[in-house]
Amino acid sequence: MAISLTVNGTTHTVDVDEATPLLWVLRDVLDLKGSKYGCGSGLCGACTVHINGVATRSCVTPVAGVGDSAVTTIEGISQNPIGQKVQEAWLEIDVAQCGYCQAGQIMSATALLEKTPKPTDADIDMHMSGNICRCATYNRIRTAIKAAAGEPVKKEA
Amino acid sequence: MNFDHTASRRSFLKASAATGGGLLLSFKLAPLGSADATTGEAALSAFIRVSPDGIVTIAAKNPEIGQGIKTSLPMIIAEELDVDWKDVRVETADVDAEKFGVQSAGGSTSIPRNWDNMRRVGAAGRQMLVATAAKALRVPESELTTASGKVIHAASGRSLTYGALADRAAKEKAPDLAKVTLKDPKTFKIVGVATKDVDGPSIVHGKPLYGIDVSVPGMLYATYEKCPVFGGTVKSCNLDDVKNVPGVKHAFVVQGTIPPGEVGLNVGLSGGVAIVADTWWQASVARRTLRIEWNLPDSATQSSQGFAARAAQLAKQTPEVSIRKDGDVDAAFKGAAKIIEASYSYPFLSHATMEPQNSTAHFKDGKLEIWTPTQNPANGSAIITRTLGLAAKDVTIHMVRAGGGFGRRSSPDAMLEASWIAKEVGVPVKLVWTREDDMRHDCYRPGGFHNFKAGLDAQGKLIALSDHFVSYGKNGQFASMAMMGSSTFPAEFVPNLSLGTSLMPLGTPTGPLRAPGSNALAFVFQSFLDEVAHASGRDPLDFHLDLLAERRIATAAPAAGGAPVFKPERMSAALKLVAEKAGWGKRSLPKGTALGLAYYFSHQGYVAHVAEVTVAANAPVAINKIWVVADVGGHIVNPSGAVNQVQGAVLDGVGQILGQEITIAKGGVVEGNFDTFPLLRMRQAPPVEVHFLKSEANPTGLGEPALPPTLPAIANAVFAASGQRIRDVPLNKVFRSGAAA
Repeated sequence: MAISLTVNGTTHTVDVDEATPLLWVLRDVLDLKGSKYGCGSGLCGACTVHINGVATRSCVTPVAGVGDSAVTTIEGISQNPIGQKVQEAWLEIDVAQCGYCQAGQIMSATALLEKTPKPTDADIDMHMSGNICRCATYNRIRTAIKAAAGEPVKKEA
Repeated sequence: MNFDHTASRRSFLKASAATGGGLLLSFKLAPLGSADATTGEAALSAFIRVSPDGIVTIAAKNPEIGQGIKTSLPMIIAEELDVDWKDVRVETADVDAEKFGVQSAGGSTSIPRNWDNMRRVGAAGRQMLVATAAKALRVPESELTTASGKVIHAASGRSLTYGALADRAAKEKAPDLAKVTLKDPKTFKIVGVATKDVDGPSIVHGKPLYGIDVSVPGMLYATYEKCPVFGGTVKSCNLDDVKNVPGVKHAFVVQGTIPPGEVGLNVGLSGGVAIVADTWWQASVARRTLRIEWNLPDSATQSSQGFAARAAQLAKQTPEVSIRKDGDVDAAFKGAAKIIEASYSYPFLSHATMEPQNSTAHFKDGKLEIWTPTQNPANGSAIITRTLGLAAKDVTIHMVRAGGGFGRRSSPDAMLEASWIAKEVGVPVKLVWTREDDMRHDCYRPGGFHNFKAGLDAQGKLIALSDHFVSYGKNGQFASMAMMGSSTFPAEFVPNLSLGTSLMPLGTPTGPLRAPGSNALAFVFQSFLDEVAHASGRDPLDFHLDLLAERRIATAAPAAGGAPVFKPERMSAALKLVAEKAGWGKRSLPKGTALGLAYYFSHQGYVAHVAEVTVAANAPVAINKIWVVADVGGHIVNPSGAVNQVQGAVLDGVGQILGQEITIAKGGVVEGNFDTFPLLRMRQAPPVEVHFLKSEANPTGLGEPALPPTLPAIANAVFAASGQRIRDVPLNKVFRSGAAA
């Protein structure tokens, strides 16, 4: 069925079954490959997007439920000043190893900083523990979030 | 992305292992070339192109799986070429063994195998530019120097940019790689400088980079359902129901080519049912309607529980196969002042790369083209040509960045399945496994059971040690990566030592997981040695430094290209430094908090850890911090990537010990996703402090050697904190680990 969807400020009409997860519409219909498939069950966070600013697992979000909410993906997050800061911090700290989960990490980190501009370690633990990094770049993700929050960066070693 | 479009002069690189360490190189020289007419770029070799504006494009020859090799190998070339890193662009090389030599990611070998030859490739390019400049400036080459992409004649104050010289330089006779002049490492400006991942900007902006992101015009999407038990084949299924699902274009049974009784992801194509649809989601929806009756292999009765029971029986018997015998352990045990006995076990593990296995393939006019996140394209090509009956020249593989490897992508199964399906349907097909496919059809890190006995003399010195290792395999052959080598530490450092094994047949495929062998053996040996240290009444640090101080049995001369010889002085130095960094014996810690140490030599790297943990009643074991010292040679090519690799390897081990276990039941794997096979999460990840000890040796690889000491360092700290010895992992067999998803 034809479904209207607003992604990164652009409205699209897609012809898919209404139960199709948003993730697969983004990836295979709209060709936005930045949101990643990791678990298909909302367990790993690789597919995280924002829906009306709220970090959401797109792999378990039926496309028909999105309605006229604004979807933001990693491809559009630099339009958000906080998102841009997060991306810059990720580059500055050289966070990624394989990089596959990092789009989801950046989306979750941006949502965290929007609500909590100066997060503590406990805030970071709470808000980032839904995003798995199999390469375990967690030390650097923590540093990058703090850098994006404007805190001084401590040398690693 | 095809690197060779503009390369008109080809060099052929052949690297052959030389006895006595190091690599011998030979280039076969090819016809001279000139600049590409449209881009103006000139190729100095298969590795280096220079554009008129001085931008240098360097080919990254090996698969990038998150280990950072796409950044670090080009750094080495750029260093010797003498260009500024800001002027370098990196491209993934084509798969072409003649031009690029061995192209694989595995065994932490990319740096040790390529350190010397990448330097020479860069130096050869520099030499061609210098020779060209000498002619242009009419001065001897000896009067010329280079810096930042320029050839400089200091005497006359003249200089020429590489961009201006490249077209002519490409026509120069290619130098003999064995004779090129290398830089004095003291003058390095790129190697040894923290350098950001070349794909970083694409990663943070969500650009399509990975195998799963590949898109080919006209492409369909595939899923592939295989038997839960390896080697099972389809007896019957309801294909007609599947074909009725909207979007489904093809659904068919694949008989498979696994020879009966053979186990492994390299032995053939697994049978199953392929569903090909307009979108992957449609194929996945159709898959839910599948009803398959399987022909099950004999291994369908196997279970983890059954293996544990059998292992306990075997442990009471004499080992079936002797791995090593030094001195006389039985006599030494009889004469010992103290005997320590303990049994250890560890589980099967899945790789669980974040990007599930996938491949895109297109079969057209008898030729196959594949885009795949592989660690080993040559291995894939070999099995594909064999299984599909194609000539090697008709199979083209494109290496695509992988969302994690950890050894999983050395196996070619997804590549082979995609190729088979693509050949059936005749249009490009992208096969993507579900997470459950990925976790239940892996080549697992094999579990194992160790039964130790040690004897101390009256002075507390370790005089005898034996291990009966109950592992997997048949006919005296270990299953893949279920091995224990004869040089397993502390072999050679204990005068009476016996290592033996008994094997249980296994129908589940096994394979390399980050630091294969070592990732399990380090846990059991370093934990048991900690037990022995405590039994001796000595501080574990002193005990180990004494143990390492004296080689009791002469080491066997290494075979050419064989395992590297362990140098205990490098290990001791790493151990001393990590103890110092962690404040071993110097800090007063609260009750329930303690330090544990462990070290291991693997993949040519010497790595020592200290872990600090807190064990409190009714709380998960808290891992507070881990200190690491690694000696991987005299140069750290990219310190940023290196620290990241060490932290990642250590935290990989933390994840393993907290809660990871693959269970076999009815011949298949029970766990299917991250709820039951928990990966480490942010709240569980301690800070990892990394130090490198630079020895004089050539640099070695770093993807693996930092993992093995992690589990025993934590387990030994848990003992020191609580008195509870961890002999079976994961930790949640004894403690709350906080590992639930």
